[in-house]
Amino acid sequence: MSENNIIKLTYREALKRGIREALQKDEKVFLMGEDVGRYGGAFAVSKGLLQEFGPERIMDVPLSESGFVGAGIGAALNGMRPIVEIMTVNFSLLAMDQIVNNAATLLHMSGGQINVPVVIRISCGIGRQLAAQHSHSWEPLYAHIPGLKVLSAGTHEDARGMLLTALQNRDPVIIFEYTFLLNKEEEISANAGAVDITKAKVRREGRDVSIITYGAGVYKALDAAKELIATGIDAEVIDLRVLRPLDEVTIFNSVKKTHRVLLVEEAWGSVNVSSEVSARIMENVFYELDAPVQRLGGVEVPIPYPKHLEDASIPQNADIVKKVKKMLQHD
Amino acid sequence: MTEPEIKQIIFQLLKKIAPDTEPEKLEPEDDIRHTLEIDSFDALQFVVALDEQFGIETPEEDYGKITTLKDLVNYIMQNKK
Amino acid sequence: MIEFKMPSLGADMEAGTLVEWLVKPGNPVKRGDIIAVVDTQKGLIDIEVFDEGTISELVIKENEKVPVGTVMALIASGKEEGIKKEVIKPAKKVEEKIAMEKIVAAKAPHFIKASPLAKRIAAEKGIELNTIHGTGEDGAITKDDVEKAIVEKMAPKEEKKIATAENIRMAVAAAMSKSNREIPHYYLETKVDMSKALSWLAGANKQRSVKQRLLPVVLLIKAVAKALTELPDLNGYWENGLHQKQDINIGFVVSLRTGGVMIPAIHNADKKTVDELMTSLNDIIPRARAMKLRSSELSESTFTVTSLGEGNVETVYGVIYPPQVALAGFGSIIEQPWAESGMLDVRPVLTITLSADHRASDGATGSRFLMAVKNHLQKPEAL
Repeated sequence: MSENNIIKLTYREALKRGIREALQKDEKVFLMGEDVGRYGGAFAVSKGLLQEFGPERIMDVPLSESGFVGAGIGAALNGMRPIVEIMTVNFSLLAMDQIVNNAATLLHMSGGQINVPVVIRISCGIGRQLAAQHSHSWEPLYAHIPGLKVLSAGTHEDARGMLLTALQNRDPVIIFEYTFLLNKEEEISANAGAVDITKAKVRREGRDVSIITYGAGVYKALDAAKELIATGIDAEVIDLRVLRPLDEVTIFNSVKKTHRVLLVEEAWGSVNVSSEVSARIMENVFYELDAPVQRLGGVEVPIPYPKHLEDASIPQNADIVKKVKKMLQHD
Repeated sequence: MTEPEIKQIIFQLLKKIAPDTEPEKLEPEDDIRHTLEIDSFDALQFVVALDEQFGIETPEEDYGKITTLKDLVNYIMQNKK
Repeated sequence: MIEFKMPSLGADMEAGTLVEWLVKPGNPVKRGDIIAVVDTQKGLIDIEVFDEGTISELVIKENEKVPVGTVMALIASGKEEGIKKEVIKPAKKVEEKIAMEKIVAAKAPHFIKASPLAKRIAAEKGIELNTIHGTGEDGAITKDDVEKAIVEKMAPKEEKKIATAENIRMAVAAAMSKSNREIPHYYLETKVDMSKALSWLAGANKQRSVKQRLLPVVLLIKAVAKALTELPDLNGYWENGLHQKQDINIGFVVSLRTGGVMIPAIHNADKKTVDELMTSLNDIIPRARAMKLRSSELSESTFTVTSLGEGNVETVYGVIYPPQVALAGFGSIIEQPWAESGMLDVRPVLTITLSADHRASDGATGSRFLMAVKNHLQKPEAL
């Protein structure tokens, strides 16, 4: 297989390959979570891994988020490299106490003596009509907390590689994965592997407007950009990737180039990641702006069950296209 | 500053005041104002510019000493700082 | 509501083309503000406003050519709205409209909607935001608008300037034909001994830096202006009868190197010192030559002075610039034999002429005027 070989695979498969490589590389790495073993994972991400690595390393846990996330933190404190899977972001709130009060805080509380190298994977965003029990976008809740590194895998490349780099980190890392993307096929390099987890990435270069997004917004923004170029608008698409700490340099450089910003995310509009990015743009590169910074966020309701309402509750390609056209409209 | 350099500056200043003329074609003995049709107002502007450029002070009674290109260059050579 | 109309910038002007609005609805204006640029036969002229208020509506569009007197814009003045309200109370619609205008006026003060980037670029390039037409959302000025304005400022006006050399010829032709057709001129002439004036001037210039030096012509302008205070019949317009003008605004003929003349006004010349007059000349002559005069400078002169003192011309018989009623002409100051008190001497002599409109004044008035000018020139220190 030559270096330039391209393979086509689903987002689910990319995640699995990442996990498998991590398990192969380091014996201290193990996966724990609800139904990750015998059932193969609620979304079939870890299917077959139990057979391959055995029950010591692919560990089913009881339905107690606080309990097993706490156990993962304990294992990390004792030299292991646990990958803790939380089935959906909705359930992660049950583990909030462990994540915030222990994982994110221990380094500070111990006067810098204790690092917590735990990686927590969380499925996030809408899936296929999974309703308000399983569909929310709560990245902003985690991006708020100092002591955490918060990643968002909006592309297959990142689904494949973010985990590997996260496991090198000495401190807790949250990785958000997107239910909506699981079946989506994309091409990536056959020997794709670990990726940088410090920087945002320009997914498409453009000169007229910067669409800054993350997670499930990345492919939507890229599709919207394709549509826009047909109308003569050359949009740049930035994938934030790292929601905490934010990569200001990439954001500001893009603003300096295009002078217009549209922020897109599925999380509810009030107090979301876009709010923070927008504020930092104002504080740092206000005089580069040629139009007010605009945001497209989720409608502020619990995610509805019916398909048409589910679609209407989050920004879609057409919304992005329409908003960008309005921003660039000249009389 | 050499004589050709001074001439060059004079031409530039004249060109600024009378853009449509060709000061380079002035003969040394030509009366500058007559040949280039410069009126008293522009002549005064020219003297102001000369004084600024060469750091000289041209009193009014010396206006008669700078009517031709040759006289003007000599005058500047003698008086410039 | 005040109507802002296409001004007449001389008897010869029938129409003008609006080149550029420098204001937008909602902008506050005060007397003397330049609010538009109009292309006339005399080049691009900055048009001033004479009222205070808020621009309510721009009635005509850029590049539109309209006759003199056409309403170009409506200006809302605070007072007027109050009066209107009382008078037209029953008409509800009108009231609402007035209320709207008030809101607009109250919201408007000084704020121009422009993006931070547009403002920054405009500031760097020294472009006034109120000269830029915003095309962004809600009329906001964007980077593109500023860049377009920069390009426009650089390029097309230069071409227009060249084109106006011919137009100026035509404008002069029209005004002079009208003058010759309608004004029954009479001409008077006298000679003045300039030795006192010139020696005073030489002394005065010794105390001044080169930049502040005076030209003889400022003494002539001042002498004319002072004489006009005594002979008000020569300072005014003939429009179905003589209308004397309060202000003495001397139109000074500036000949252009490309041919034709411009006649910028020196406002209130009688009240200015000779140094102030020189400052005025330093200001208006270059601008006249660059065809960059303000509307009030082109339209408000009340008497014209033409000086041909550059060559050896002894006497000028000028053509009056309508609707003015008189013009003073100065020839060169030339050494001549001069008889005085039974003695013959050589003196620097100036010939002054007066061309005057016989409908407005008679020879006796003209004669008194020339005597007054002559007397003032004998007391240069008092000018």
